[in-house]
Amino acid sequence: MTTLTLRSAPKRAWWRSRVVRRFLSHRLAVLGLVMITLLSLACTLGPYLLPYDSLQIDLRARFAPPLTGNHYLGADPLGRDLAARLLMAGRISLLVGFFSMLLATLVGTLVGVIAGYIGGWTNTILMRTVDGFLSFPTIFLLLALAAALKPSPIMITVIIALTSWMTVARIVATEVATLKEREFVLAGRMLGLSRFHIMFREILPNAMGPIIVAATLTVARAILLEAYISFLGFGIQPPLPSWGNMLNGAQQYLDSAPWLAIIPGVAIAIAVTSFNFIGDGMRDALDVRGEHD
Amino acid sequence: MAAFLLKRFMQSIVLLVIVSVIGYVVLNLIPGGPLAQYALDPGMTEEDRNRIATQLGLNRPLWVQYFDWASRLLQGDWGTSFRDSNPVLSVVARHVPATLLLMGTATIIAVAVGTVIGIWGATHRYSIFDYLATVGAMVALSIPTFWFGLVGIYVFALRLGWLPAGNMYTIGDGSVLNYLHHLIMPSVVLALVHIAIWSRFMRTATLDAMSQEFVKTARAKGLSERRVILKHVVGNALLPMITLAGVQLPSLLTGALVTETVFTWPGMGRLFLDSLSNSDYPVVMGLLMFSAILTIVGSLVADIVVALVDPRIRLA
Repeated sequence: MTTLTLRSAPKRAWWRSRVVRRFLSHRLAVLGLVMITLLSLACTLGPYLLPYDSLQIDLRARFAPPLTGNHYLGADPLGRDLAARLLMAGRISLLVGFFSMLLATLVGTLVGVIAGYIGGWTNTILMRTVDGFLSFPTIFLLLALAAALKPSPIMITVIIALTSWMTVARIVATEVATLKEREFVLAGRMLGLSRFHIMFREILPNAMGPIIVAATLTVARAILLEAYISFLGFGIQPPLPSWGNMLNGAQQYLDSAPWLAIIPGVAIAIAVTSFNFIGDGMRDALDVRGEHD
Repeated sequence: MAAFLLKRFMQSIVLLVIVSVIGYVVLNLIPGGPLAQYALDPGMTEEDRNRIATQLGLNRPLWVQYFDWASRLLQGDWGTSFRDSNPVLSVVARHVPATLLLMGTATIIAVAVGTVIGIWGATHRYSIFDYLATVGAMVALSIPTFWFGLVGIYVFALRLGWLPAGNMYTIGDGSVLNYLHHLIMPSVVLALVHIAIWSRFMRTATLDAMSQEFVKTARAKGLSERRVILKHVVGNALLPMITLAGVQLPSLLTGALVTETVFTWPGMGRLFLDSLSNSDYPVVMGLLMFSAILTIVGSLVADIVVALVDPRIRLA
């Protein structure tokens, strides 16, 4: 007697899936991923390998240009090693960027799912609030909040998230509003699943593509915003270094020590460009319709 | 058309109300509120503080305070600056022209350059130029505006000496030429990011327009490709750009604030930072509200212009 066995399609390893292959064929996205990996590794391990501490003041090394002795990137006006400071600053800037993204995506997704699924007045009120937040120039709102609250790294993370959740909310609301008309949602309702279950267990997984893309681009944006407010002196406060606040004092030494301004800027540019490239690659790989912002 | 405008107008009013609530909440997030400045004064007793709170009406329920504040805002009373006791509205108004000059010039540059790059990229799709323009735009969008400013000052002011490093004019020389000379670098720096945005949108809009039926008709009539693009495609591609100009206002203001700081340009951005550093909250609040109103009115105007220009909406 033969037994019938149901065989599912042969399972492909995740790293050979269509999404991964498509992402890997996007050259700039791969470049971005490599750069971010290297940058994160450098910021994590680098400070242990360099001969100087980021806070160690050495007045003999003041304004040392790059490649003097063991100061590979030179030293700042207090003689602190620029390479060590750059990597420590990278830790803070990248972490602030990452956690702002996490918080903003969480809030944005929550608002978006509720607005999109419930619709009606709830949708109107939530989406008009989104419009309201988007009507302020981000930096004005950020600076006002940063000046009002204590600018610790955690607070900076929170206020950047507070001014970044709207894009995600809008994207998710639109996506959920379309998805809730699909059959599987109707099926779920007929099975008597709770609203909560349908919203977060049935619909949300299907909206992950656009959320992942938006989240990646939000990291890029958050790193830029941190740089802006720290450059203006209202963000991360010294002696804690961040890429933005390293540039804060650099303008007055532009003539005599231009590397103080150029090097941290290059670090910001590399990090932000990489995340934008990765986001672009994700958009192609996950087949998310072009959403310019 | 009238119905559309009315609806759009009402939406803007609702948005203004929401914006004012957000602004008011942000202002009241400041620990200690408007009385924070007295909290550390040893010559002031709890009683004094309570008396001032009663005088200023700060012990009323928050929503009563909000309505009081909002109604005075509507009547043009935006409070007085802590610093020099001037009315906030006149302080803000004094700094608006410099910012508008900077933003206007940057917009003209961004629109002109971005449009050309976008059209060229769309008509020469997948060429080396198109590829470089796309990557270039993404890189430009990833670099902080103030860094472009610093590098610009280093190269063009300090090394080459072609352009001034900052300020709006040389003291003692108020000629138009002198103003223009000072305007070049800040406006180009502010424009860079927007060139990137405009060129990408223009490329998409041009591609959209090129796939329309009327373009096929124009080609079928035997018009030269040049005429088809310039006359039939560009005009239609520019329409959505008017809306984009409205949407981009907040980010333009953000850029202006940073650019003004780097180039010591005496506009709203500098005023905002100075007021923040001096805890001059009425002015901060005034600028916050002013910028939001500017944004909302800007996007309303953009929509009206589109409606006037586009017969599909005008006749609807």
